[in-house]
Amino acid sequence: MLAKRIIPCLDIKDGRTVKGVNFVDLRDAGDPVELAEIYSKEGADELVFLDISATEQKRKTLADLVYHVAEKINIPFTVGGGISSVEDVDILLQNGADKVSINSSAVKNPQLINDLVAKFGSQCIVVAIDAKQVDGEWIVHLVGGKVPTDRKLFEWAKEVEERGAGEILFTSMDRDGTKDGFADEALAKLSTELNIPIIASGGAGKVEHFADTFLKGKADAALAASVFHFKEIAIGDLKSKLRESNIPVRI
Amino acid sequence: MKIVIINYGAGNIQSIKFAIERLGYSAILSDDPNEIKEADRVIFPGVGEASSAMKKLRETRLQDLIPNLSQPVLGICLGMQLMCNRSEEGNTSGLGIFDVDVVRFSKNVKVPQIGWNQIQGLKSELFRGVTEKEHIYLVHSYYAPICNETIATSEYGVDYSAALQKDNFYGVQFHPEKSSEVGAKILQNFLDLK
Repeated sequence: MLAKRIIPCLDIKDGRTVKGVNFVDLRDAGDPVELAEIYSKEGADELVFLDISATEQKRKTLADLVYHVAEKINIPFTVGGGISSVEDVDILLQNGADKVSINSSAVKNPQLINDLVAKFGSQCIVVAIDAKQVDGEWIVHLVGGKVPTDRKLFEWAKEVEERGAGEILFTSMDRDGTKDGFADEALAKLSTELNIPIIASGGAGKVEHFADTFLKGKADAALAASVFHFKEIAIGDLKSKLRESNIPVRI
Repeated sequence: MKIVIINYGAGNIQSIKFAIERLGYSAILSDDPNEIKEADRVIFPGVGEASSAMKKLRETRLQDLIPNLSQPVLGICLGMQLMCNRSEEGNTSGLGIFDVDVVRFSKNVKVPQIGWNQIQGLKSELFRGVTEKEHIYLVHSYYAPICNETIATSEYGVDYSAALQKDNFYGVQFHPEKSSEVGAKILQNFLDLK
């Protein structure tokens, strides 16, 4: 049986791992390659590296990081953050990334999804969608949740699927950093309306939240950062408890 | 031991090279027929779309070379699929090593299948020391149905071939290079084949 995936997310700035609460007020949580190895040994199913730096050397720094991660770890990983062209993706895949995730660039230029899928295949193109509720409606946001767009979550998600993306990483900006649980209602709707895997993100605080997002939210994978970085939840314990709830996991 | 990873411009092969290196060997990436023929082990990777990958194999004449190799050959993911008779993806013919046609998953499951699934019915030296129902990592939208050459199965809405073997040719639908310790063991077993 296909297992539900647990995915630690490492936010990267200038080659270091950081994680903000509600995407502001960043704290340093270590060396990315070292953290990647630790998570891999602890039983993480996959890793996501999200580069939030905005320097001119960014592209090279990120490619170097990808190379060093690929050298060391034997589980798949996704790289995202500021990717906006076929060339960007090519460099990252060549250096050993398994998948890339695109976010703002897809909203600004949806054709990019088609172009990437045509060149690299659906299996390595993840589209990340950040959304929050505005007057009861889920609206897609950019720039870490600061800038609203005119796109509605479910319509955009459907379009992303039709353009060929292999997976959707949905972050609830209302939940991100709150530790109040994932946005399971919206996730369940996404999972029912779409036929590609959905990764839940934003709101993980305790073990029950993961169980809920798999059972009620029908998510295929769950992503979290700070609860893992600050050792509030150990991946091994999390998986044992999920298995007790009859959720298929890899142990 | 000389290990060659066939480089025909199909996807992420850096990871396979690293996985071989983690086992203490080195591997070269090559599309040179002589180098491939002389290798002790050949790895045939592949990520992407079947018909365009086959087009590249035709252009580089690897289409004729690969089915005639006599040393152990391991096809990974799309590599395995291309070793079959045909693929429904882009409706292309394959290398015809495995006598089975690759088809798309039904709409009853999410496609692509992405993640860790279990392998069972293991019957090959390739799985020495691997226990039934261990998890391996897969990413794919198409699959090879169960056939005479199936040496491992997995289930995703349907039972399908997780691995195939005919003579010196091996194919795995999963990514051993990304399948943690289990994957490393399978790669090591491939290198240890007599």
